[in-house]
Amino acid sequence: MTDLSHIRNFSIVAHIDHGKSTLADRLIQETGTVQDRDMKEQLLDSMDIERERGITIKANTVRIDYQAEDGENYILNLIDTPGHVDFAYEVSRSMRAVEGSLLVVDSTQGVEAQTLANVYQAIDADHEIVPVLNKIDLPASDCDRVAEQIEDVIGIDATGAIQVSAKTGQGIHETLEAIVRELPAPKGERDAPLKAMLVDSWYDAYLGVIVLVRIVDGVLKKGDRIRMMSTNAVYPVDRIGVFRPEMQTIDALGPGEIGFLTASIKQVRDTRVGDTITHEKKGVSEPLPGFKPSQPVVFCGLFPVDNAEFEDLRDSIEKLALNDASFSSEMETSAALGFGFRCGFLGLLHLEVIRDRIEREYGIELITTAPSVIYHIHMRDGTMIELHNPADMPDLTLVDHIEEPRIKATILVPDDYLGDVLKLCQDRRGIQQDLTYAGSRAMVVYDLPLNEVVFDFYDRLKSVTKGYASFDYQMTGYREDFLVKMQILVNDEPVDALSTMVHRDRAEMRGRAMVEKLKDLIPRHMFKIPIQAAIGGRIIARETLSALRKDVTAKCYGGDATRKRKLLDKQKAGKKKMRQFGKVDIPQEAFINALKMDS
Amino acid sequence: MIEDWQNGGFGVYVHWPFCQAKCPYCDFNSHVVAKIDHESYKSAYLFEINKKSAAISGRSVTSVFFGGGTPSLMEPDTVRAILTALKERFSFSNKAEITLEANPTSVDYTRFQEFRDAGINRLSLGVQALNDNDLRALGRLHSVEEARKAWEIAQSCFDRVSIDLIYARQNQTLRDWEEELKQALNRGFSHLSLYQLTIEDGTAFGDRHRRGRLPGLPDEGLAADMYELTQSLTSSAGLLGYEISNHAKADEASRHNLIYWKSGDFLGIGPGAHGRITLNGQRMATENQRAPTVWLNEALNSGTVGTMAPVSARDHATEVLMMGLRLAEGVDLGRISLICPDLIDPQGMSDLRDQGLIEIVGDRLIATPRGRALLNSVLVALID
Repeated sequence: MTDLSHIRNFSIVAHIDHGKSTLADRLIQETGTVQDRDMKEQLLDSMDIERERGITIKANTVRIDYQAEDGENYILNLIDTPGHVDFAYEVSRSMRAVEGSLLVVDSTQGVEAQTLANVYQAIDADHEIVPVLNKIDLPASDCDRVAEQIEDVIGIDATGAIQVSAKTGQGIHETLEAIVRELPAPKGERDAPLKAMLVDSWYDAYLGVIVLVRIVDGVLKKGDRIRMMSTNAVYPVDRIGVFRPEMQTIDALGPGEIGFLTASIKQVRDTRVGDTITHEKKGVSEPLPGFKPSQPVVFCGLFPVDNAEFEDLRDSIEKLALNDASFSSEMETSAALGFGFRCGFLGLLHLEVIRDRIEREYGIELITTAPSVIYHIHMRDGTMIELHNPADMPDLTLVDHIEEPRIKATILVPDDYLGDVLKLCQDRRGIQQDLTYAGSRAMVVYDLPLNEVVFDFYDRLKSVTKGYASFDYQMTGYREDFLVKMQILVNDEPVDALSTMVHRDRAEMRGRAMVEKLKDLIPRHMFKIPIQAAIGGRIIARETLSALRKDVTAKCYGGDATRKRKLLDKQKAGKKKMRQFGKVDIPQEAFINALKMDS
Repeated sequence: MIEDWQNGGFGVYVHWPFCQAKCPYCDFNSHVVAKIDHESYKSAYLFEINKKSAAISGRSVTSVFFGGGTPSLMEPDTVRAILTALKERFSFSNKAEITLEANPTSVDYTRFQEFRDAGINRLSLGVQALNDNDLRALGRLHSVEEARKAWEIAQSCFDRVSIDLIYARQNQTLRDWEEELKQALNRGFSHLSLYQLTIEDGTAFGDRHRRGRLPGLPDEGLAADMYELTQSLTSSAGLLGYEISNHAKADEASRHNLIYWKSGDFLGIGPGAHGRITLNGQRMATENQRAPTVWLNEALNSGTVGTMAPVSARDHATEVLMMGLRLAEGVDLGRISLICPDLIDPQGMSDLRDQGLIEIVGDRLIATPRGRALLNSVLVALID
């Protein structure tokens, strides 16, 4: 166990692509924590999807030994936090586990919205913040301008910002020195009862659940019996260790230290991020502040393309849920799509990650239905129903009013594109709250309904700003609005999987856009197909998909029979992949593409 | 009890794989070569006929069809030798239809008389268009004038002459096609094959189409209008649309092609030729090597030609349905259920009837005119 004064705990705050992972790699390499021959790019991002998307989903950590210029040996604990709004709560817990942050900003780009959100989390956690200007080897690098921007936008002193090229290694030594010099050592009482924060956890096929902990007070030793304060579950600790970055077991963790424990915990579900861990006997009575169980905010249906794969889907969802407490699921039946699951996610990225993993790791092709938020349906009898799926909307005559979740969205955008961004937010029922400038970039803050954002807002934002805007949001609460359930009827039959909740004033527009989209997405049939949007019994938009008139092979003689028969077999197989609604075949991609809006 | 193939009869198809030039729309097995060893090819055809007729000799032949390629580029002597060989092994009625496909160029039509003398009694002439610009666009080597000369000579040489035309060409309007088709009908042909231009993969047109370099093709609506116009103009001129793309005066339908549409048996002779032969009650599919020299080598040196595989009952029934519904007379439902009782989806059939795409007359299943224009979709819905 190391003396508190020789420990530094820190995280790195950065926007995607600003070089967080490369910087972490260099710090590890410079201190000799990993031999050069064992280096691989982005050491800390372990999951394929994380690597591919350049994002971190689980918190990772590494313990670095460093002999500073003052001749003393220090232990530096780096926690690499998730870098996406979907995981804001996880980020906040990681931030609470350390005392300082490196704020990494790309000196060719400047501050982005995501950086802002995370740096505010760091400020909230009372971090000492060391600004680092990265990519100074690039010709477009402009350290003065970016330092000024950090001061203007974030309001922290950037005069001492360290200039770094994580690529070439320039400034890495200075960064390590600054960590020792600028960041505070952790505080804690070695003799006090054990108080440790559960920072993150994940499943390992050999060791069971691995729990990442930060010791606040007391000492955690192998063989101790620990209690999770939120569940009161007790476990015997069978292994304690640190990451370097591979696992290395040690005998005990003392105050200020970050490491892992295993304790024959079967499910990640039993470990809650932010929970307080103490000893079974002589433990603390007060948990650490700020714990909240994670709550899904976005819901959608996942259905197997091939109905026969339902059981495989169930297995894969159960396995994923074991390792992800924030992901919820319950069985759902759709007239159109058969058996599937209604799943809850922390946000859209989380949804995509889970969907990708099911498709990739379990080989199940999925149909994803329209994402929905949770609506509060206030009934006339005074009760409130949480609506996760528009298909479950109760009888309107029993409903008093409906509330929807709102968010505070922060968007940073070069002022050339400001007009487009304001229009987009306005079109999505946004209420402008703030508009400020930092140099040639505008920072816009909007109050927006979450349901206008969950689906394609970010895609549209990227598209109207040619990728120059950055976006972040936080949930702010619920507000009443005039919301209605819009149904889509194909050939006069309602298609439950296409039902959505919309604002009454936007219903015609949304309805028209959806029926037009569907007209292109559904192949023509041998009969004409009306496609309608309806609120209650009233049709608000209608398109007609005209009937196919000509579909026959011109030449078919003896030598063509084999080939044409095989083609027919192929067409039959293709038809089987579509979903039948009455007599209409709807291709699986139509369910999600119908919702994408062009504005 | 009769065997199933007898519902369609028996014929022989002979494939000649060479052309003077490859047409950009054509996906048939055709090749352009500098020199052809006609004697070797003749020997190869005779070998294959000898080999394949052994198990079925004595059958009565309804028809022989020389297709290609451009079989009017064959030596008339080769045609004669093939027909003589067939007549030694099978019984030919006086009414047997012996068709040759021909191109309307002078190279071809100067030999029409010799082909007649070799035993050909029906000519199918690939005119394709009645305007010179479009003939060039289709990669044809003849002019309208040559075509006119060719069909006049043909009509003087053969009992029966049919011409092929292609419609739904690039930039062709409904009006253009109406004029052209009327011209053809005024010539008094007793049989017309009128094909919608189809862009096939693996052809020059297919390649251009994929790269967006084949502009002016009609959309589905215009193509449908052209198809419907074709049906109405031909029927008012007394030519029955007895098959999707084929129109004939009474008794002038192609008896050979009816064997295919009625799923009879046919020997397939020559490079790339397919055949269907029923042996001991089992329908067999034969298929030859497509490359002419490979086929030739096999026939002359290996002692066997092509492959032969059984056709499953389900595939057999599918073919009977798929080919039969192309005909105005439709197909015998009893025949299909005898081969494969669960081929047809009763719900699909009932929906298609409700939609007016098929009808059942006695024991026959018939695609209505609208249903025939949509036959590919109809079949997908009909087969379980």
